Amino acid sequence: MLRAIGARSIDDLFAPIPTEYRLNRELRLPRQMSEPEILEWFQKCSRENGKGLPSFLGAGAYHHYRPVVIDTIISRGEFLTAYTPYQAEISQGTLQSIFEFQTMICELTGMEVANASMYDGSTATAEAAMMAMRVSGRRRVVMARSVHPEYREVLATYGQHQDMPLTAVGFGENGRVKMAELERILGQDCACIVVQSPNFFGTIEDVPALAELARSKGALLVVAIAEAVSLGIVKPPAEADIVAMEAQSFGVPLGFGGPYAGVIATREKYVRQMPGRLVGETRDKHGKRGYVLTLATREQHIRREKATSNICTNQALIALMANVFMTVYGREGLKELAKQNLAKTAYARQHFGRHGKALFDGAPVFNEFVLQTVEDPYVINSRLLEENIVGGFPLKKFYPELGNAALWCCTETTTRASIDAVGAVLARAQTAGKRRPEPEPEVVR
Amino acid sequence: MSQVKKATRHVNQNEGLIFEKSSPGKAAWKLPPLDVPEVDTADLLGEAERAHLGHMPEVSEIEIIRHFTRLSTWNYAIDLGMYPLGSCTMKYNPRINEAVSRFEGLANGHPYQPERISLGALRILKTLTDCLLEITGMQAITLQPAAGAHGELTGILLVRAFLQKQGNPRKKILIPDSAHGTNPATAAMAGYAVENLKSNSAGMVDVASLAAQMNEDVAALMLTNPNTLGVFEQEIHKIADILHGKGGLLYMDGANMNALVGKVRPGDFGVDVMHLNLHKTFSTPHGGGGPGSGPVACKNFLEPFLPVPVIVTKADGTLGFDYNRPQSIGRVRAFYGNFGMHVRALAYIMANGPDGLRQTTEDAVLNANYIRKGLEGVYDLPYKTPTMHEVVFSDRVQAKKGVRTGDLAKRLIDYGFHPYTVSFPLIVPGAMMIEPTESESKEELDLFVDAMKSIAEECDKAPDVVLEAPHSTRVSRLDEVAAARKPVLRWKGPA
Repeated sequence: MLRAIGARSIDDLFAPIPTEYRLNRELRLPRQMSEPEILEWFQKCSRENGKGLPSFLGAGAYHHYRPVVIDTIISRGEFLTAYTPYQAEISQGTLQSIFEFQTMICELTGMEVANASMYDGSTATAEAAMMAMRVSGRRRVVMARSVHPEYREVLATYGQHQDMPLTAVGFGENGRVKMAELERILGQDCACIVVQSPNFFGTIEDVPALAELARSKGALLVVAIAEAVSLGIVKPPAEADIVAMEAQSFGVPLGFGGPYAGVIATREKYVRQMPGRLVGETRDKHGKRGYVLTLATREQHIRREKATSNICTNQALIALMANVFMTVYGREGLKELAKQNLAKTAYARQHFGRHGKALFDGAPVFNEFVLQTVEDPYVINSRLLEENIVGGFPLKKFYPELGNAALWCCTETTTRASIDAVGAVLARAQTAGKRRPEPEPEVVR
Repeated sequence: MSQVKKATRHVNQNEGLIFEKSSPGKAAWKLPPLDVPEVDTADLLGEAERAHLGHMPEVSEIEIIRHFTRLSTWNYAIDLGMYPLGSCTMKYNPRINEAVSRFEGLANGHPYQPERISLGALRILKTLTDCLLEITGMQAITLQPAAGAHGELTGILLVRAFLQKQGNPRKKILIPDSAHGTNPATAAMAGYAVENLKSNSAGMVDVASLAAQMNEDVAALMLTNPNTLGVFEQEIHKIADILHGKGGLLYMDGANMNALVGKVRPGDFGVDVMHLNLHKTFSTPHGGGGPGSGPVACKNFLEPFLPVPVIVTKADGTLGFDYNRPQSIGRVRAFYGNFGMHVRALAYIMANGPDGLRQTTEDAVLNANYIRKGLEGVYDLPYKTPTMHEVVFSDRVQAKKGVRTGDLAKRLIDYGFHPYTVSFPLIVPGAMMIEPTESESKEELDLFVDAMKSIAEECDKAPDVVLEAPHSTRVSRLDEVAAARKPVLRWKGPA
């Protein structure tokens, strides 16, 4: 090949690189490894990473059962090793599956249009708020403190140079957004209210009331959903203007935080302000139905600095996982699945509530709840870990005002036995809390 | 079509939308019996209870498998053949990557599980971090960004935070006219104005114009190197000096890093901050449009501004996350980034080692030059500057017969190839941007060159064959104008 090119050696081809910058040594990296060595290295890492312990962690990442057909389908090279469906004639598989994904997201959220995916729920929420600024022509964003703290951090990062004043609104005794406070804050400069439902505490917000209040002030309502399985049994936020969703619960492995898939869904009239790729139905030259990427004039490759977002690569394969999951469970299964989550959580909340205080009574929760305890939840979690259970998410870091509180999550995968085991440890912690001192276990953070 | 060696038509299955197969009572799911008491949902949820799930499908498992398998056969993919989509680096996605990413502890690790039981994930993140720093010659890194454009935003926010701390964030970002659209879109998201920088006749940054345009209002230059023409910016040291001389920073878009790994390091030629695309250079699968991963590497002076958290080695030698970073730009994503992609990229680096990575780069550049040689004279080569990992031709010759780059691309489909990148970079009218990657054998490259030559002949002898292509696909020339004019973005069931 060198001869055909007319080069004497491979170095000829690298002549354009100034000699003073060329690397004249090998990279200092692990030596080339064989397949069994690589498998062994990662197997060891895997063994040191959680070991499949029963866990009560949720907080934006949920452990649901993943039907085996998901991996069967997404492992097909035709899906796995294709790229963005720029050439519609040889990408109809990807395009049609995205069209089905968009449709199911609309059915579940009560919105009219949905995009092909965003990076995750946090960036979808930030982009939804920026979209609301474009739609309303206003700049202030009011965000509930009961939105996932890391989603709030991401919004703050995205908004910091967008001339986006950010105001927080607190939560009341029932865990929901404080309506009176919100009403006081909301002014004519507000682009949108951003809430999450079920919110970070698992509490389901009163979306119709929030939408009415937003509308009365000319602001949009953005509803973030971190726990997608809730849509099986919880009324969809159909009154919202924009829904920013994390689809991880739909068959996506926890994967230590990613890759997940965000989605933005909205009303048809706002579609031209929406970021991200969209697939639309059309006809080919013979009149046959087919699908294409559409409304690209919103996007960076056409509009450059005037685009609705800089997003290019999204999370297509993860959206396909969610798509297969939604197809497997479908109209009836998703409801039954959500019901099981509800039942396990109700059982745990009642059970744990005997050994602590279940906060935020008075509004419904889905599959998470906050438990306040006498003892520091980090100490409780250390005890649980000794019994090979991963406890709830301590809230001190983000909500110091809640004291010794943790966020507990149950899904359909949580067994009664593990709930009972936690109950027993909590009961011991309760008595331990009363008769101090006792040798403190090593605190796990 | 008699001259097509690579592909033959064969029957593929028709398949409607999944909703059109749905009927009540069909199911592909089964839940275990509930081991806690049943609950009264109306009682628990009250007004928040959902009545029904609209038109969600009801189908059986075999229908689901057939549905998606049939759809999959309508896709072209790397696994089927060469995918020379320039700038996207469509290289082979090794299956060892997939195997290791599915190991139980890695696939099911919760991002908030205690660090004590996250040592495996932390070791992977740390090892990948070390490898990427060595490969780029940079000093600090974040793995949090989810894709290239997300990395760009992170990188420019780092620039802004640094300049802000110096007292003036400055007003604009310089961007060459050959740049990806994500660059200007990113600058706007970081609150900067965009100023275009013209390329010179060699397709490189015009250093004189850069010197003239550079002033104290310029925060940074976003430079892709090699650029989108596949040309290495030979005057990179002057470019860096001009920026640094006026207090600006050099951002490198690492989309084309596949031309550099093991041969030259951006950190050694004056780059202050850059992103990598793990889904391009480091072989993680493109998945029909994602997920990607866009780590951002920088010099030490930008380190204090990296997104939270960063991985640190603690006093006792164990790894952990550090959240106490008062100067950080903040988070750009929940949790730690697309961890599954980090796992895959690290497996790729291990499978190659230093020697393999260098050879990968050499083969990628060799392949691009082989295609250039094969097609020179057949298609117009607007820039004669030496080619690195990709080569850009134009349709100038064929356009005289009314055949444009988009038509040539469609015809290539009939020959069994995925087309090159069409009409990009924008500085080449009728651009055809070809990036073969190192994955292709000489045999596959020869088939591609033959196909392109054959299409050029068709343009002379029977241009209609090209203008009406593709002829062999399920659908052909979909009406994109109609799709955008009256958008149908979802299926609608009976009311």
